[in-house]
Amino acid sequence: MKGMLRTATLVLLLGTALASSAVDALPFKNAAQEVRFQDLTRQLRCLVCQNEDLADSDAKLAKDLRFEIFQQMQAGRSNAQIKQWLVDRYGDYVLYKPPLKPSNYPLWFSPFVLLLLGALGVGIYLRRRAQPPAAAGSDEDQDW
Amino acid sequence: MKLYLPLAIFLALVGLFGFGLWWNSAHNPTLVPSPLIGKPAPAWNLPLLYEPAKTLDKADMLGKPYIVNVFASWCFACADEHPVLMAYSHDLGVPLIGYDYKDKATDALAWLQQHGDPYTQVVADESGRTAINFGVYGAPETYLINARGIILWKHIGPLTPGVIRDELAPRLRKLGIQPRIGA
Repeated sequence: MKGMLRTATLVLLLGTALASSAVDALPFKNAAQEVRFQDLTRQLRCLVCQNEDLADSDAKLAKDLRFEIFQQMQAGRSNAQIKQWLVDRYGDYVLYKPPLKPSNYPLWFSPFVLLLLGALGVGIYLRRRAQPPAAAGSDEDQDW
Repeated sequence: MKLYLPLAIFLALVGLFGFGLWWNSAHNPTLVPSPLIGKPAPAWNLPLLYEPAKTLDKADMLGKPYIVNVFASWCFACADEHPVLMAYSHDLGVPLIGYDYKDKATDALAWLQQHGDPYTQVVADESGRTAINFGVYGAPETYLINARGIILWKHIGPLTPGVIRDELAPRLRKLGIQPRIGA
């Protein structure tokens, strides 16, 4: 039983390892360039299967875009230039980290606004609780 | 008061989630808005599907508006869309350029033979490299390009009679074209 469980776990792990790698045979100049390529393609979204990054996606378009990025790297273009090249074609959506600009302000700042509102609510609640129960019956307070 | 507060929070959350459900059913969240709308179409120069020795390029099409429809023989949604193109292609009043995307020429030719060919011209982009410049991320996709080569409108997914009537035809009329499509 224990052995079976171990085998099943191993198969599962192997399965996920295989599923999450989309390896193209790209002739990188050196290991550093390959690391840079992996790092860059992890910051970019696959347009076809939108919850995957470009590094992991098996979609045909993702493969084409990886090749395009590889070629641009060989041509000496910087990460910023390559990202801009993609944004010009597909919009900010290709970036997993959206840029900080006015149209994205709600995206960036609404969590802090919500946090502030929450803190305000907690503050008001605590302040009320700290006051000794006056007119209201003390039974009611036990609900909280 | 103390009883109503949790109820109010609960109702607020119901409202929020309800809005989310409605929003996602009314809008397709997987559509990626194109940054190319209102900008010049990328330069392109592609071989004709029927005569690969000849090419068609952006300059050839300047001077009059045209529609580019991205399709492929491997694309199921394109087969759904195809009868609509067959029905409307002659009523649009502008050339309809077929853009064969990442497809083998033999497959595309057989597919058009089988389903019919609604296109004025068909260009073939077998590698899909030009399509990247158009921001194509699937098929079918449809672009409306004006006489100066500016992309005016993009539709992602199959064209339907409703989309043609409500979104495409009014834009054609704005360009001074009289499509034979009921308002």
